[in-house]
Amino acid sequence: MPKIWVYAELNQGRLTTTSLELFTRARELGNVDAVALGPGAVNAAEALGRHGARRVLVNEDAAFAEYVAEPATDCLAALVAQERPDLIMFGFSPDSREVAGRLAARLGTGLISNAMDVEAVNGGFVAKVPYFGGAKVASYRANASPAIVLIRPKSFEISDSGDQAEVIAVSASIGEGSRRARIVDRLEEAADKVKLEDARIVVSGGRGLGGPENFHFVHELADALGGAAGASRAVVDAGWVPYAMQVGQTGKTVRPGVYIAAGISGAMQHTVGMKGSKVIVAINKDRDAPILKMADLGVVGDALKILPKLTEAVKARKGQ
Amino acid sequence: MKIVVTVKQVPDPNSSQGLDPDNTVARDREVVLDPGDECGIEMGLQLKEAHGGEVVLVSMGPERARDAIRKGLSMGADRGILITDDHLAGADALLTARVLAAAIEPESPELVICATESYDGSTGMVPPMLAELLGLPQLTFAKHVEIADGRVTVHRQTEEGYQVVEAATPSLVTVTAGIAEPRYASLKGIMAARSKEVKLFTFTDLGIEQGEPSETVESIIDAEARKSGEVVEDDGAIGVAKIMAVLQAAKVV
Ligand SMILES: Cc1cc2nc3c(=O)[nH]c(=O)nc-3n(C[C@H](O)[C@H](O)[C@H](O)COP(=O)(O)OP(=O)(O)OC[C@H]3O[C@@H](n4cnc5c(N)ncnc54)[C@H](O)[C@@H]3O)c2cc1C
Ligand SMILES: Nc1ncnc2c1ncn2[C@@H]1O[C@H](COP(=O)(O)O)[C@@H](O)[C@H]1O
Repeated sequence: MPKIWVYAELNQGRLTTTSLELFTRARELGNVDAVALGPGAVNAAEALGRHGARRVLVNEDAAFAEYVAEPATDCLAALVAQERPDLIMFGFSPDSREVAGRLAARLGTGLISNAMDVEAVNGGFVAKVPYFGGAKVASYRANASPAIVLIRPKSFEISDSGDQAEVIAVSASIGEGSRRARIVDRLEEAADKVKLEDARIVVSGGRGLGGPENFHFVHELADALGGAAGASRAVVDAGWVPYAMQVGQTGKTVRPGVYIAAGISGAMQHTVGMKGSKVIVAINKDRDAPILKMADLGVVGDALKILPKLTEAVKARKGQ
Repeated sequence: MKIVVTVKQVPDPNSSQGLDPDNTVARDREVVLDPGDECGIEMGLQLKEAHGGEVVLVSMGPERARDAIRKGLSMGADRGILITDDHLAGADALLTARVLAAAIEPESPELVICATESYDGSTGMVPPMLAELLGLPQLTFAKHVEIADGRVTVHRQTEEGYQVVEAATPSLVTVTAGIAEPRYASLKGIMAARSKEVKLFTFTDLGIEQGEPSETVESIIDAEARKSGEVVEDDGAIGVAKIMAVLQAAKVV
């Protein structure tokens, strides 16, 4: 049986959802170990076991949470040398990808990033990656061992296997000079009441809204529907809304029951983050906008006129 | 202070996209300096203006990537290094990072600036690999960068907000697209760029052995596309009515 590792990312002591998703596939590929580093690791072991880790390798050194990437790379590199896993799966998240990148360079193995799936084929591993902005899917075979694959959030459904893991304390192996890029402060920007990636309804706005002063139309509809507000990168880069709201390749991946895109053209880098939604509604002034070709319902019209009326209609109906 | 900015030439994000029949990116596509790297250059120039020193652009790419470097030089960077080689087609992230590291190492910069990710579908793996190979700490996703007393401080964009991350120089920083509005090259800048040095290296010059690629493409197929649904022209009422019907069918209102 191949030896599969999952890097269990901890964010301020809490296991990330994306890490748990990886186990659904990992379990089908071989014997699964999880590696959890930093404060909270021991606590996380229970959940990791329940999702299919047979062993959880843990170390609670605070340096893993305090310093960017290097301590975790040191520890993983030492563990890889001892244990020789065949495949290491990481979530494609900002923190994990930095660790994975350093590790792949140190081991000289390279990696496959931004994958949506990984399979065992002829004794090796093949990962599926969106290509050419998502219009195509490329299959890449990893040539080195361990194979390192980074997988997009929401690629697999979390599923409980009801198992229990053996918890194994490992040495931190942090090098002398690896406590360098230090996180000295963490600041939270006003977050929505409903978490974007968990919301059942997402209303997103794009450049078509004309300016930041009109974005309240998006928030008002999201609030009326009990959902979360999202955005395209164009308006995040322009500073209208915080990055936390960005949906797409470089933002969040969402799969709500209903996704409403207002004033968003539907560039591949946006749609890769929302095309798994059950129902897609698009409001766009331009009949030829690509988003209208993938929406279940496309309305050709002015979002600035439609959004407020829609919010009224939703409120009226809910008020009944 | 010596600052190296890595720059990549990419297919123009604004030109119509095309793939050759063999699924490689059409060669005759317009190419431009990566817009993310333009922000990196701008950041480098602002730091140079505040602290003095030199901004060196380093790129790996075909001969014509010289145009990308030239553009950065006309914005105000001081000189460029282009690594070009017959073997660079299909270079993966690790080989790219090894090549860039070999070219940057002798420069001993205090700061290396990269974009968080490139515009042509790559996923930001080169910078952490480069940091590892150069033995530098990495301060990533920066939406704000400051240098004082041999320390670099960045605001690192996160899903919740941002972190303040600090390290001593030398360090590698990756910048987000929102960090700084790239300046336009002035006519004077464009003229001056013509006489600025762009050094050319091959893999052999840098002692790089290509080795086996870390991954092999097995197949490329069309992605499953969503079926297009109904499209209606709003007349002031039908848009809202249709959307309400969808929301009701989905049982969310
Ligand atoms: C490497 C890379 C990563 C990227 N990552 C992401 C990502 O994570 N997320 C993302 O979203 N993008 C991402 N992008 C950017 C993406 O390519 C697009 O540029 C972006 O999604 C466009 O945003 P937009 O649709 O809001 O703006 P535009 O493309 O400018 O579209 C605006 C739309 O609004 C319509 N419109 C105008 N006025 C109105 C009106 N009054 N009512 C209704 N409609 C109107 C227009 O017809 C148009 O279709 C990425 C790009 C690259 C290269
Ligand atoms: N061939 C290259 N030449 C110079 N810099 C590069 C090259 N490839 C990647 N980079 C740098 O790394 C950043 C992220 O690229 P990537 O890892 O390809 O997404 C780019 O924006 C550049 O700053």
